[in-house]
Amino acid sequence: MIALDDLDRAILRALAADASQNAGALGRRLNLSQPACWRRVKRLEDAGIIAGKRLDLDRAALGFGVSVFLGIKLATRGRVSLEDFERAARAIPEVQVIQHVLGQFDYRMRVTARDISDFERVLRRRVMTLPGVGHVEANVVLSEDRRLGPLG
Amino acid sequence: MPIDDTDRRILRHMLADPTLPNADLAQLAGVTAATCWRRIEKMRSDGVIEGVRAKINWRALGWEVEVSLRFVLDKTNPRAFDEFLEAARAVPEVIEIQTFLGQTDARLNVIARDMAHYQTIYRTQILTLPHIQETDALMLIGWVKDTSELPL
Repeated sequence: MIALDDLDRAILRALAADASQNAGALGRRLNLSQPACWRRVKRLEDAGIIAGKRLDLDRAALGFGVSVFLGIKLATRGRVSLEDFERAARAIPEVQVIQHVLGQFDYRMRVTARDISDFERVLRRRVMTLPGVGHVEANVVLSEDRRLGPLG
Repeated sequence: MPIDDTDRRILRHMLADPTLPNADLAQLAGVTAATCWRRIEKMRSDGVIEGVRAKINWRALGWEVEVSLRFVLDKTNPRAFDEFLEAARAVPEVIEIQTFLGQTDARLNVIARDMAHYQTIYRTQILTLPHIQETDALMLIGWVKDTSELPL
């Protein structure tokens, strides 16, 4: 694990807000030369701290008006193959996020759909038919806020 | 403002790899580089593309524990949501906040350096949030899928 200084943290904050800026533009904002800034970004990438980029879209404007979080409990623990469940769940195009969790549920999922009836279709035809699926709880996202976390 | 099939094709490739240079993106989408650039600029100014952001890997920064905390709030108080959210935003270890329509009212994604650190955060900063009626926790074991791709 590498140690970060204030400048590294400032770079992470800036790129978490806008990763489309190049090392020159970012360096100017932080009073760093282009090569010095590039070297620091490269070091953060090589250490795996910057783990790629994410494109944020206005999903509603693209016709995807509904996001739903699912908590899934498998039916028969031990007898179900987690691999089979995970392989089938990963292949659902409407599912963006799957996490294996410990607690009241076995998996968490994030599903994006066009509207509530489209979500119902995904839930009935794709999710409820997954191998080993038991209890499913659905919560429709009303608002969402991503935070800078300990960097902020 | 409405987007067409060319825009969708460009977005599909951008979602799959947000780091693609314009020339490669244009080639994949079957348009000229100038058209591709113009379309992207238009979608940016229209707000369809909200931004490109760096993904931060908290584990690589030494934040080993990630917990999804779900809350039922005391909705007899009309200010419950606002006051809960305001207080949650002030906790630096909270990296995501969602509100829902469903059995769960709100969810916080909390990170910690280790279990002892998590216990401290949970007792001093989470359980002290206002208007909590019930809460339960799902601890992240592993990621099965994490994409922003949409079935465009």
